[in-house]
Amino acid sequence: MRQFSQLLDGLVYTRSRNGKLALIAAYMREAPDPDRGWALAALTGNLDLKAVKASAIGQMIRARTDPVLFEMSRDYVGDLAETVALLWPRPGNEPAELDDGSLSLSAVIDRLHSVSRAAAPDALGQMMDHLDASGRFALLKLATGGLRVGISARLAKTGCAQAFGLDADDVEQVWHALAPPYATLFDWAEGRSARPDPEGTPYFRPFMLAHPLEADSVDLADYAAEWKWDGIRIQIVGTGQKNGGGTRLYSRAGDDITGSFPEVAQAFTGHAVLDGELLVKGEFQGGEAASFNALQQRLGRKAVSAKMMADYPAFVRLYDLLIEGDDDLRALPWTQRRARLEAYMAQLSPDRFDLSAVIDAPDFAALADIRAGARDAAIEGVMLKRRDSPYVAGRKAALWYKWKRDPLTADCVMMYAQRGHGKRSSFYSDYTFGCWTEDGELLPVGKAYSGFTDEELKWLDRFVRGNTVNRFGPVREVEKTLVLEVAFDSIHDSKRHKSGLAMRFPRIARIRKDKPAAEADTVEGLKRLVS
Amino acid sequence: MAHWIEPHPTGIYVRPADAWIDPSQPQERALVTHGHADHARGGHGHVWATRETLAIMALRYGTASGTAVGYGEEIRLGGVAIRYVPAGHVLGSAQIILDHAGERVVVTGDYKRRPDPTCLPFEPVPCDIFVTEATFGLPVFRHPDTGSEMDRLLHALHANPDRCVLVGAYALGKAQRVICELRARGHHDPIYIHGALERMCALYQDFGVDMGKLRGATGVPAKDMRGAIVLAPPSALNDRWSRRLPDPIAAMASGWMRVRQRARQRNVELPLVISDHADWDELTDTIREVAPSETWITHGREEALLHWCMTHQYRARALALVGREDEEEG
Repeated sequence: MRQFSQLLDGLVYTRSRNGKLALIAAYMREAPDPDRGWALAALTGNLDLKAVKASAIGQMIRARTDPVLFEMSRDYVGDLAETVALLWPRPGNEPAELDDGSLSLSAVIDRLHSVSRAAAPDALGQMMDHLDASGRFALLKLATGGLRVGISARLAKTGCAQAFGLDADDVEQVWHALAPPYATLFDWAEGRSARPDPEGTPYFRPFMLAHPLEADSVDLADYAAEWKWDGIRIQIVGTGQKNGGGTRLYSRAGDDITGSFPEVAQAFTGHAVLDGELLVKGEFQGGEAASFNALQQRLGRKAVSAKMMADYPAFVRLYDLLIEGDDDLRALPWTQRRARLEAYMAQLSPDRFDLSAVIDAPDFAALADIRAGARDAAIEGVMLKRRDSPYVAGRKAALWYKWKRDPLTADCVMMYAQRGHGKRSSFYSDYTFGCWTEDGELLPVGKAYSGFTDEELKWLDRFVRGNTVNRFGPVREVEKTLVLEVAFDSIHDSKRHKSGLAMRFPRIARIRKDKPAAEADTVEGLKRLVS
Repeated sequence: MAHWIEPHPTGIYVRPADAWIDPSQPQERALVTHGHADHARGGHGHVWATRETLAIMALRYGTASGTAVGYGEEIRLGGVAIRYVPAGHVLGSAQIILDHAGERVVVTGDYKRRPDPTCLPFEPVPCDIFVTEATFGLPVFRHPDTGSEMDRLLHALHANPDRCVLVGAYALGKAQRVICELRARGHHDPIYIHGALERMCALYQDFGVDMGKLRGATGVPAKDMRGAIVLAPPSALNDRWSRRLPDPIAAMASGWMRVRQRARQRNVELPLVISDHADWDELTDTIREVAPSETWITHGREEALLHWCMTHQYRARALALVGREDEEEG
C-alpha cells in the first residue's frame, strides 16, 4: 500500500499538472501488476467498492477511541477519513506511524471486494493496523469510494499514457472496452501485445468543448449560432445491432449513463456517433424542454421505473454527427457535418430526437438582442461555432464559444457558517444565507462556499469568529447583520431549505458592507424569479 | 491549594517571589522559560533565564538586564526555591521548578520529548502542580519519526538535481535543528539561509552548536543553488523572496503539517512533520510520568487535554492565557 499511498499524497500536494502526470507515470512504470491496474481503476473512478459507509467508519473509530476526543479532532481536521487515519490507535505498543509492508494494494482490494457489509468494519480495522497514517487515509478513501485527490479520470489516463509513450486520446478510445485491473492495457503499453481493438464495441470518442466568450463580438460570417440548452451533454454511440446492447450513452466525462436512460438508448438503432443535449420534455426552456431540475431527477439512477420515465420523459437535442456508418466525419468542417446531420434526422424517431436550431441573425448585435430576450425564456445562452472547424477533441481556442446569460443576483443575509473542506478547513468559508419573510423572519435560501477572493475570505472568516451568537457542533450562528450579494444561475422550488426555494450554483459575488441587513431581499421577491 | 501561584491572562504570577513567569506584558521581575516571542519579550525590569535564553532575548528584544541561571542551579526569590531544568524545546529552553510551603510546581513552558541535537532533553520532574502546554493536544497529532521525515527531505532533494528544496522553518530552534539533522545524515553541502535566520544561526554557533557550512541566500545566483537546501522563515515560502530561487520545491518543517489541508493552504508540496512540541502521546505520557495532583494547561488545544485528564482521574484546569502561540511555530 505504501507505493500507492505515497502516490496519493504526492497528487494531493503537487500543484503543477506536469508534476502530477510525472508522479502517475512513475507509479505506472514501477508498481507491480495487478496493483497498478487497481490504482488506475481507483484514480479513474472505475473501482466499484463501497464496502463501507461513512457511518460505519464513525462507528469503527468510536469503538476504538474516546468518542469525545474523536469529535473534537474531527471538528479540527474537518475531514472524517483524515481524522480517523490520523488518530487511529495501534494495538499494543506498535508504532502508529509505520507501514509494516505486509499489505499490497491488490490484497486490500480483494479483501474489500469479498467482505460482507456486516464484516467490513472489522476487516477494515484489521487492515488499518498494518499501515501508517498515509496508508490508512488511502484505505479509508478506497473503502468508501471517495477517492478525491484533485485529479480527473482524464488526467490519470493521460499520466498512464505518458508512462509508456502512448497517445492519451488513443487510450481514451480503447478505454471502455477494458476492465480493471487493465491487464490488456499494460500488455499493449509495454509492447507485449497489440492495441486492444474496441471496434465492434460502442466506445467513447472525445468531446469537442467550448471556451467562454471573452471578446466583444465575433463575425457571424465565420461563426454559426445555436441556443445553449441546459441539460446534460451526451454522446450517442450506436453499433447498429438490433438486439439491444448496441447503443451506449456517454456523459462528457466519458461515464456510461445508458442505464439511466434506457428509453433513449433503445430508440436509437443506427450505426453512428452523435453529440447532443439530453433533456426532459417540457416547456420551461423556451417552451421546448423542461428545466435542468427535472433532468436531475433522472441522473445517477442504476434502474429506472416506468413511472420515472413517464414523469420525466427524456429526449436528445442533437448538435453534431461525428461518425455515420463507416464514415468518420470529424475532419469535415462544421457546415458539412451539419448538412449530414440534418439529412440523418430522417432516420430518427421524432419522439426522442430532434435537431438543435441554428439562430438566424444578420449580425452580432442582432444576435445579442435575441440572446437578451432569452432571459424570459429561461435559456442558458448561446453557442458560437466556427463554420469551417472540424470536430476536434477538447477545448481549442477560437473554435467553439459559449455565451452564457448573466447570472441572477440577490442580496441575502448571512445566517450560519461552517468550516470549509480541503484547503479551507481552517476557515469559516461555507455560508448559509437567507431572505426576509413578511413577518420579519429570515429563512435560509441557499448555501455558498465560493465566489470570494482570498482576501475576502479572511475578512469573512474574521467576521464569523467575531460575530458568533450560537454554536451547534461545527456550525456557528452569526449576528444577522451582514449582507452578501449572491449570484446564481436560476432558482426553483425545493424542500431543501425552509424558504421552499433552492438556488442553482449560488456563489458570493460581493460582500455588501454598505447595505443594512433590513434592506436585503425578500423571499417573495425571490419566488418571482422561479419559473 | 497553592495560593502562592496565580494564573492571570497575561502570565503566571508567583506572589511570594513577586515575579511573573513568561509574562506577555512588561513586568519588573520576569522568569522566562525560553526565547520565543509568545513567552519572552523586551521591556521587563529584570529577567531570570538560562544564559542561552538571555542571549537570545538580547538579540531579539534588546534585553539588557538579566541573571543567568544554570540548569539545575537553585536560586531563591522571596522564600521560593527556583530551579531551571531542560525542556528540550529549543536552545536554552527550560522548565521552571518552584518549591514553596511544601508544594512543588513545575511550569514546562514549551517542551518536547524527542531528541534534538541542538539542546538538552526534557527532564521529567515529579511535582504537585504540573503547568503544561498543549499545543498539539489532540490525538490526531502523533509526530512520525524525525529520521524518516529527514530522509524524505533528502530523497526529494536528490530526485530533483535541477531544483532546490526551500524549507520553511521557524527562525529560532526549528531551522537550526533541521540543519543539524541534515549534517547528522551526511549532508555536508553548503546550506543556504534567508537573512532572517543569519543572526540566530550565528548565536547557536557561538554556543557551540556546529552547523557546518552556511551561506546567506541573498545575492547568490539561482544556478548556484540548484540541488541545494535553502532554509527560510515560513512566511518566505509564498512571498517574492522565493521567486529568485531555482524552481524551488516548497517544504515546511512543522507539526501542523500532519493535517493535509494545512499543508495545502500554505502551498506546501513537501510537508515535513517535525515539531518542537510534544505530541498527544507525549503530552499524556508526560503527565503520567510526572504524576501531579493537579494539572494546569496554559495554552493550545486545552479542551481535549482537559477531557483526557478528567477521564484518567487527573484533576485539571485550563488557564486561558492570552497571546500564546503563533501558528507559525510548531
